[in-house]
Amino acid sequence: MDINFLRGLATLILFIAFIGMCIWVYSSKRKKGYDEAANLPFAEDDQPRGSHHE
Amino acid sequence: MSASFDHPVYNYKVVRQFTVMTVVWGIVGMLVGVLIAAQLVWPILNFDLPWLHFGRLRPLHTNAVIFAFGGCALFASSLFVVQRTCQAPLISNKLAAFVFWGWQLIILLAAISLPMGWTSGKEYAELEWPIDILIAVVWVAYAILFFGTIMKRKTSHIYVANWFFGAFIITVAVLHIVNSLAVPVTLTKSYSVYAGAVDAMVQWWYGHNAVGFFLTAGFLGIMYYFVPKQAERPVYSYRLSIVHFWALIAIYIWAGPHHLHYTALPDWAQSLGMVMSLLLLAPSWGGMINGVMTLSGAWHKLRDDPILRFLIVSLSFYGMSTFEGPMMSIKTVNSLSHYTDWTIGHVHSGALGWVAMVSIGCMYHLIPIMFNRARMYSIRLINVHFWMSTIGTVLYIASMWVNGIIQGLMWRAYNSDNSLSYSFVQSVEASYPGYLVRFLGGAIFAAGMLLMAYNLWLTATRENHEDEPLKSEEGAQ
Repeated sequence: MDINFLRGLATLILFIAFIGMCIWVYSSKRKKGYDEAANLPFAEDDQPRGSHHE
Repeated sequence: MSASFDHPVYNYKVVRQFTVMTVVWGIVGMLVGVLIAAQLVWPILNFDLPWLHFGRLRPLHTNAVIFAFGGCALFASSLFVVQRTCQAPLISNKLAAFVFWGWQLIILLAAISLPMGWTSGKEYAELEWPIDILIAVVWVAYAILFFGTIMKRKTSHIYVANWFFGAFIITVAVLHIVNSLAVPVTLTKSYSVYAGAVDAMVQWWYGHNAVGFFLTAGFLGIMYYFVPKQAERPVYSYRLSIVHFWALIAIYIWAGPHHLHYTALPDWAQSLGMVMSLLLLAPSWGGMINGVMTLSGAWHKLRDDPILRFLIVSLSFYGMSTFEGPMMSIKTVNSLSHYTDWTIGHVHSGALGWVAMVSIGCMYHLIPIMFNRARMYSIRLINVHFWMSTIGTVLYIASMWVNGIIQGLMWRAYNSDNSLSYSFVQSVEASYPGYLVRFLGGAIFAAGMLLMAYNLWLTATRENHEDEPLKSEEGAQ
């Protein structure tokens, strides 16, 4: 087993990790969480007057 | 009236300071750029003074626009976004003040030391070792401030913009410390610990990832918060943003060797850099599409809102330059483009079109919030600024494309007896018209920044708007 076998293996592992991440991300179980996360910028009013001086 | 019942009291002071300094350093950095562009047209403009020499002012220009202008925009936006999306105030106001004043001191030291000619000679890392140490200290303080605030968050999710800001902060720390390792000789002179091809590789591992993480990941963090905010709708696909994040940071780190094609760097490393650069097109365009498609179903907003136009057009330039970049990293294309003005054009399509325009859009969103106003004093001036930026950028990059291709072709032209067809000076002469157009484009872009400073001043000092109220006052922010 030479170094090039390990290099090939590392590429394969990274490829599988990427595919696995895509499946994990696009799983329908996580839809609700993503909707919540995507709306985080809108959780608060934009003009929090009075918070300008700490 | 106080809204402190609804949410914690955020530290807006440091955000406001960085916001104002973004505009100030933007003007300074770009004017230095205009001066050195003018020097290439009228060489007399260095006045035979060493401190005004092109070779000393050019690193001042790059440091000022990247780390002073871009840096302040990143500090302002990241410290704003992390508080708002974590619903938690910064962990320490003292640390925030230290980061602000520390960074301003670094910029001041750069503005003195570079014209004096004190340089380590490393691209985008010219500052000498005492300033490098100061940068590392301030950066670690910034990391503690940012990640400490994330750890204290009230929300369960960490919003995607914070992931990009986080990657930018960690990676820049690693890049800066590894690349700047040096043996000091005197207070103003040091020698890198690396030598030869290793030195070149470390330099461009740093240099390209300064582009990838400082000028890309950080500004993508800006995109993922401010584009949805300005468009008043959540990002097109949150799922895509996660794939975008991991793919981008995993691939960018390998692209550096494309700066060293046909050099002493081993061939396999050059090919690796080229392949990784080509792969980068996928996450880059995935992210760009995610940002632009956020407007899907609300395209009409582009007609009325010049701030949104700044943000979306910046993404178009981002898409353009991240197509051009992989293309230029192909070795055969690079043999024509490298060392020519094409590279300068490519950099500025990213720097003016993407980084500066997304920052300007973000600042126009932030300034009214920082000064407790419903919106900027003059929306009309923002519109004028938008067109100046766009026209300036197009003039700049088009002239550099023409120059680059002329230079590349002239340098590789041979006569039938294998002697060179043109001397180097002939290619410089052929570049003159392009240099003039580049100077004009840059001057128009910099003049737009002056307009922004005027609008900032009016917004900060006057209550009333010059323009008619927008149809929806809420949507104006």
